[in-house]
Amino acid sequence: MNAVGGIAGTLGRRRIPLGLRFLLISIVSASLMLLDHREEHLSRIRQAFSILVYPIQVAVDLPFTGLRWAARVLSDQTALLEENARLKSERLDVNVRLQRLEALGAENNRLRAMLDSSARVSDRVLVVEILAVDLAPYRQRFTINRGLNDDVYVGQALLDASGVVGQIAHVDLFTSEAVLISDPDHALPVAVNRNGLRTIVVGTGDSSRLRLPYLTNSADIEPGDLLVSSGLGGVFPSGYPVGRVLEVHRQPGQPFAQVIAEPAAQLDRDREVLLVWTAEDAADGYGSTNAVETP
Amino acid sequence: MMREGGGRRHLLLVSLVSALALAIVPLPTALAPYRPAWVPLVLIFWALMAPERVGLLTAFAMGLALDTLSGALLGQHALAMVTVVYLSIRFHLLIRVFPVWQLSTIVFLLLAIYEFALFWIDGVVGRSVPIIERWAPVVSGALVWPLVLGYLASVRQDTQTRI
Repeated sequence: MNAVGGIAGTLGRRRIPLGLRFLLISIVSASLMLLDHREEHLSRIRQAFSILVYPIQVAVDLPFTGLRWAARVLSDQTALLEENARLKSERLDVNVRLQRLEALGAENNRLRAMLDSSARVSDRVLVVEILAVDLAPYRQRFTINRGLNDDVYVGQALLDASGVVGQIAHVDLFTSEAVLISDPDHALPVAVNRNGLRTIVVGTGDSSRLRLPYLTNSADIEPGDLLVSSGLGGVFPSGYPVGRVLEVHRQPGQPFAQVIAEPAAQLDRDREVLLVWTAEDAADGYGSTNAVETP
Repeated sequence: MMREGGGRRHLLLVSLVSALALAIVPLPTALAPYRPAWVPLVLIFWALMAPERVGLLTAFAMGLALDTLSGALLGQHALAMVTVVYLSIRFHLLIRVFPVWQLSTIVFLLLAIYEFALFWIDGVVGRSVPIIERWAPVVSGALVWPLVLGYLASVRQDTQTRI
């Protein structure tokens, strides 16, 4: 690409003066930006470029993957045995909880059947890896190693072991870019687990803080309340933990309370995340960002 | 003559790809804001030292690659990059005879223009960026410029004398 650019540059230089070429290329850049800003006109072109830069991303990620691989290979037996024992006890613990959950799920389905509402189908998930690639440090975004090839779609939800992580913003052929829930441009409909109060969680740009700007002073919310995804936006499946309320400031003069929450997911420490295909998407075959989730 | 051009083109390509890789290598969180803008630095070097090899189209292509890698608006880095490379080529005869510290000052100005273009476009689109993350690369870029200059110049000399 660069070589071609260089050759074309040397060929073009003879005919068109430098200043004019600068002007032309600037106009091309500006029109590209205009088109790109007006959403998704350029997704094809972006995907083509992403194939060209994919080798660079892989090359940068490779040493980190290699290091982790080496650490795994070279870890000694006692450490492995310890980890094994720990995992076994964890599994036992989780299994016990799962038994209870299964009974509860069955009961829930029975009750739903009595109420004549559709039973919830379980969601399909896929473990994906985050590429060790730094995007601009001030943007709460990351790249994952799955793309169009694996039916990833824009707006798809990402979870980790402890809560909601974010959603997919761009899909390329082999990789996708995800927005964390802590991105300032990200909003997520949630419900307070204690009383079902619905509101919206907005990112702050700090991966350990979330904001709830739309709660009135009289809203029933307290520090320690668990926020779960409400599923109202149609993007995130409902019922997954999003965060816990840290501080509530009520100022009598202001119409809204200042509520700060801490994300449940480990946004800055994750290496692997779960991609979720919700049951509705499976029914559609392909998800859309504004699909309305059935209650 | 042909082989010399081939060797130099090879080095040019390697340096540009390395700059792209350096631009996305993960750094510790504390250091990440101070990552120098490697791609414009390397392009400025080539535009000053070998303007017949690096054209505006190369800068445009590199900018688009950076846009794709960083998930920015397509054309944002491209416009900033083309502006900086245009200025470098336009004044390369004037600038490249300066001693290193004066060159660093010029590079500082060029990087400031680069970041300002990005900043301006971010402003138009409505993305806000913390002040330190925005301007730290300008300072760190000017500081590492002597290293980039020394390293690339020595490697380039090597390939030229060897072939």
